Amino acid sequence: MDTQPKIETKNVNFFYGAKQALRNINVVCADRRVTAIIGPSGCGKSTFIRTLNRMNDVIAGARTEGEILLDGVNINSPAVDVVELRKNVGMVFQKPNPFPKSIFDNVAYGLRINNGRNRAKLAETVEKSLIEAALWEEVKDRLSENAFALSGGQQQRLCIARALAVDPEVILFDEPCSAIDPIATAKIEDLIMKMKKNYTVVIVTHNMQQAARVSDFTAFMMLGDLIEFDKTEKIFTNPANKLTEDYITGRFG
Amino acid sequence: MERQFDEELNDLNEKLLHMARLAEESVAKAIQSLKSRDEDLAQEVFERETDVNLLEIDIDELCMRLLALRQPVASDLRFITSAMKIGSDLERVGDLAVNIAEVSVDLLKIPPLKPLLDLPRLASLAQGMIKDSLNAFVNRDEKLARAVCERDDEVDSLNDQIFRELLTYMMNDPSTIDRAVGLILIGRHLERIADHATNIGEDVIYLVLGKTIKHHIEEIRREAALKTEQK
Repeated sequence: MDTQPKIETKNVNFFYGAKQALRNINVVCADRRVTAIIGPSGCGKSTFIRTLNRMNDVIAGARTEGEILLDGVNINSPAVDVVELRKNVGMVFQKPNPFPKSIFDNVAYGLRINNGRNRAKLAETVEKSLIEAALWEEVKDRLSENAFALSGGQQQRLCIARALAVDPEVILFDEPCSAIDPIATAKIEDLIMKMKKNYTVVIVTHNMQQAARVSDFTAFMMLGDLIEFDKTEKIFTNPANKLTEDYITGRFG
Repeated sequence: MERQFDEELNDLNEKLLHMARLAEESVAKAIQSLKSRDEDLAQEVFERETDVNLLEIDIDELCMRLLALRQPVASDLRFITSAMKIGSDLERVGDLAVNIAEVSVDLLKIPPLKPLLDLPRLASLAQGMIKDSLNAFVNRDEKLARAVCERDDEVDSLNDQIFRELLTYMMNDPSTIDRAVGLILIGRHLERIADHATNIGEDVIYLVLGKTIKHHIEEIRREAALKTEQK
């Protein structure tokens, strides 16, 4: 499996005030592959994924050290526009969080604030994004309905469509299936596997089987340290580290 | 942390050991029936075959259930997949013991061709390999497993030697052919038993290290990689 690096973190440390939440994290997220981050609660996996599009910037007293390179460019350098960065590195959260607007407007939102209002182009992109998010068939006749009328799983796919609409290269998922049922989960997982044709995906998940199912590479973290990072197949058949083995086989965690 | 799952894995372990003991004893009894010209021992081997077969199915079903319900990973996964393979190797060993006992029953009807020396030696080599491969499995002893695999060559050359010796008997006196062929068949069955022990040894190495040594796969892959590089 030949891969190119899309995101590279080099000796990343992260602090909430005096408390260090990440220690010396070195991870390579391969281009157009799925990288999963697993680990027990409080291990820093959500903190880590949030450093990748500077979502931690808004937290008072938070501080990042080390380098996070996106296509070789340090995303924390002053030259990087954080709005551009987040457009390029989209994020989908644990709970679906559609805007209180119509289905169409939810997906069009990012486009409207970014590129003006060419109507035909807008409709075309909304349709394309909804198709990519595997939601189009279910909503194409009700685009003007409020997004809250959708089921939880549909809302989550709507959020994915919204992230895709601004044409990102990387999508971060922070436990995208923890609030939806197994059938909706299977749809999202299927979608993630298809998405890697065009996007680099990083997913934080509490569900180890989910990491095993959808990802190409897996990082196992504990208490702010990266314990093991390898191909998913290797991690789940023959992990090198005893801590990884004990965690994934359910001996602790 | 002790898991409920560990109890089920222990159960699987016990079943495999039980099966191994049955298979190993069948081999011993089959050879003993030939050596001491005792047909009753051969009968015991026939009766035992069903037990070994039932255990194989039992082990398969347990493994399938654990795979489906527990979705094991890492060493748990390697243990269960190895257990399935070892189960089918042991079932074959049981079958081969039956084959030996069948030949033995035929040979008991006619006077012995010669005193048996090398064949019992081959039998004890093969039995020792089965025993050690199972000890390696129980103790997750990768070194012992490797040693079992290495002993396979010894078995092969002893079997070849037995074959050549019996060939001379047949050439000198065609009336010995049925007896000599019987003994050749038994040698062949024992050699196959040693092969199954070798398979079990290879499975143990995979179980412990997560590494495949079968068919000298590392060498083959290295050579294939070299070839593509040269192109």
